Amino acid sequence: MSREPLRLGVELDAAGRHPAAWRLPGARPAELFTAAHWRRLGALVERADLDLLVVPDSFRLGSSDERDQRGRLDAVAIAAHLAPLTRRVGLVPVVTTTHTEPFHTNKAVATLDFTSLGRAGWQVEVSTTAEEADTFGRTGTAPPGELWREAADTVEVVRRLWDSWEDDAVVRDVASGRFVDRDKLHYVDFEGERFSVRGPSITPRSPQGQPLVVVPVRDEHSLAVAAAHADVARIEAGDERTAAQTADRLRTLAGRELTVLLDVEVLLRQTATEALDVAGRLDELNPGAAPRSVRHLGTPATLAAALAELPDGLDGAVLAPLDLPATLELVVSGVVPALTRPPVAGSTLRERFGLPRPTSRYARIGGVR
Amino acid sequence: MTRRETSRETPRQIHLGAHFPGVNNTTVWRDPRSGSQVDFSSFEHLARTAERGLMDFFFLAEGLRLREQRGKIHDLDVVGRPDTLTVLNSIASVTTHLGLAGTINATFNEAAELAKQFASLDHLSGGRAAWNVVTSSDAFTGENFRRGGYLAHADRYVRAREVLDVAREFWDSWAEDSLVADPETGVFARGISEVDHRGPQFQVRGTGSLPRSPQGHPVLLQAGDSDDGREFGATYADAIFTMHGSLEAGQRFTADMRSRAVRNGRSGDDLKILPGVTFVLGDTPGQAREHAREIRFQQVGPAQAIAFLEQVWGRDLSDHDPEGPLPAQDPETTSTIAQGRTRMTKDPVETARTWRDLAAAHGWSSRELVVEVTGRQQFVGTPAQVAEEMDTYVQADACDGFILVPSLTPAGLDEFVEKVVPLLQERGSYRTGYTGSTLREHLGVPHPHRLAPAVRATA
Ligand SMILES: Cc1cc2nc3c(=O)[nH]c(=O)nc-3n(C[C@H](O)[C@H](O)[C@H](O)COP(=O)(O)O)c2cc1C
Repeated sequence: MSREPLRLGVELDAAGRHPAAWRLPGARPAELFTAAHWRRLGALVERADLDLLVVPDSFRLGSSDERDQRGRLDAVAIAAHLAPLTRRVGLVPVVTTTHTEPFHTNKAVATLDFTSLGRAGWQVEVSTTAEEADTFGRTGTAPPGELWREAADTVEVVRRLWDSWEDDAVVRDVASGRFVDRDKLHYVDFEGERFSVRGPSITPRSPQGQPLVVVPVRDEHSLAVAAAHADVARIEAGDERTAAQTADRLRTLAGRELTVLLDVEVLLRQTATEALDVAGRLDELNPGAAPRSVRHLGTPATLAAALAELPDGLDGAVLAPLDLPATLELVVSGVVPALTRPPVAGSTLRERFGLPRPTSRYARIGGVR
Repeated sequence: MTRRETSRETPRQIHLGAHFPGVNNTTVWRDPRSGSQVDFSSFEHLARTAERGLMDFFFLAEGLRLREQRGKIHDLDVVGRPDTLTVLNSIASVTTHLGLAGTINATFNEAAELAKQFASLDHLSGGRAAWNVVTSSDAFTGENFRRGGYLAHADRYVRAREVLDVAREFWDSWAEDSLVADPETGVFARGISEVDHRGPQFQVRGTGSLPRSPQGHPVLLQAGDSDDGREFGATYADAIFTMHGSLEAGQRFTADMRSRAVRNGRSGDDLKILPGVTFVLGDTPGQAREHAREIRFQQVGPAQAIAFLEQVWGRDLSDHDPEGPLPAQDPETTSTIAQGRTRMTKDPVETARTWRDLAAAHGWSSRELVVEVTGRQQFVGTPAQVAEEMDTYVQADACDGFILVPSLTPAGLDEFVEKVVPLLQERGSYRTGYTGSTLREHLGVPHPHRLAPAVRATA
């Protein structure tokens, strides 16, 4: 294995990524929209000391088929609910950039960083469908290139807003009567193609300074955004070799180090035959659920072996269980113990990924003001 | 004889909300006991205290741009706050019964997004979500948003109504029994209606992305006092957050709001009137008054007194002596010296004249005058006095209860819960345990029925 330590995250989507997963025994489908469901999943993830808990989101209802799992809770809400209940895992909600105001994204993720004591991340996504545009009363959708350019602008302005309060802006100076030092608050004055933001943020600088930015890589547009802005990239690919090539291109384009994780859709059972059976049954119930990335149907041991063999350039994986909680339970009890992952030092998500806490870009060096 | 023995009926029940003391000129930060206004531990402390005190809800205000004065960021009061909904979702997992009320602007947010966010909070909290709908609209705040800045002040309630209408359609788009989730039959969800809204501000089509939440709709609060604001509140809100805090003003306001509700086809009692009030407790009346005065002078430092006068005078008063008399010159009437806060007065020249007379009559300095005219400490006294006075207000229908605005973060509510709550309970005017699990049940406001559907396709 080329990397130390192997990074491991999970993406948790209600009953699992497969739209028919809610029908499996143990899924408790009536509870998918309750806190109890998410607390159970959060506790499992915490037990395995995983690096990331990603919560997907979109404004689509999704399927129009009454047999499919559909509807979803707001991802930031789920992450915020889990923040006081967990101590270790990074909480990474998806917040889309096409219809949500960048200013709101800035303060929501910064606040998650406060309530999780420095474990917040943000996964960037775009909304590509006319369905979502209609929901917001916008006419039509822009082409993906434009949406991702807007996403890049959003990351840029959000990062500026996270820096818009220097760390020591709150002075509480009784003698002068000043609560803040206004010289340490900064207008971000961003002017983009599709929006402008004046700043500063209403939220002071959060524990990590800059929460972890995660970008999915699934085409040239998202690859460019990941190269320019991501702390962590998630690569969607049909096989490991292609993913490793994409990781290479990504690093070259970025000209800097960044963590690259492979997306792996997983369904685990005690035997490989059983896993294949269950997956087959799910595909029968909904034949339209094509894999979006590498898929691993097997046992905890086969998945652990596959993860240990990831090609160079891939630092680990984000596992997307096709079904919950069964597969997650096996990840916790069987996969993680089989991998030798050293204990993580530090309590923030950036520390977990070996990233320093950056100073605000607006802070002048050496106190010259 | 206590009033309970004289009256055979149960007294009207008092409802209490707990306002988090953050960005506010009533929040004292100079006190050594004053803690962080952003750390989660502060929010958790106040919420747990409020829940220990069996209060209806925890309340967060909101402001979407840092306030400015003379073109510079206002630095004299607490500055900086976290995101309302994110804090409430985190508080949801460390509390069990407490309602979670968030102020969210209807101008700078999208209806579909708000509908989903509040439904999510309602689901994850098991029916404890409330939305305080505000409409503060100005180009100043709009500079932080791609949309909203264009909205004329006169149109803000037009937009708010439409935002609410669309949000309610989204909340109603899943019927009570749409989530079937039956693995045997294989039906996950059915009977989801499509929202199809065409209004003057926007056109929206789509399906709600969530099953109907435990409260159906989150509780709606409203804060806004213009005629438009009152009509809006009387039509949509379950509770009104108001500043009419004196007994007589409260009775007038409450009567007005109840009759507006009736004119809008509702029962007057379905609208809970909750003034925001400060309180100061002491072991003796004298000690409470003394303590109240100390707090006032902590709230209004010399620089704050000047800043306040500038908001009325509309001009730079940085050379003015706060310990001396009021400025001699008249206010400028067209001024934007203070941005991001509600205008102090409609007629500054008249206000200045009144204040000069007041100051002259009492021999007050500028700072003393500001302390006096900005004072909002309605309840000052021993715990027994405060309990009795609050009860009197509610029994006299000046309001249905209060949103308590403590002056200290995060421990400003501790003493109230410890000392006043038991006395309200003894009077029979306050619950001794939660009897329901949702905020609607705490407040005693009815469950909203499905809106009469327009012609809709169903999925
Ligand atoms: C008690 C009270 C609390 C308010 N709290 C907020 C707040 O937290 N955030 C905000 O933007 N506006 C707040 N407002 C302002 C109102 O939303 C509204 O914009 C303002 O009262 C002007 O509207 P009106 O002309 O209808 O009174 C508050 C108003 C009142 C009366």
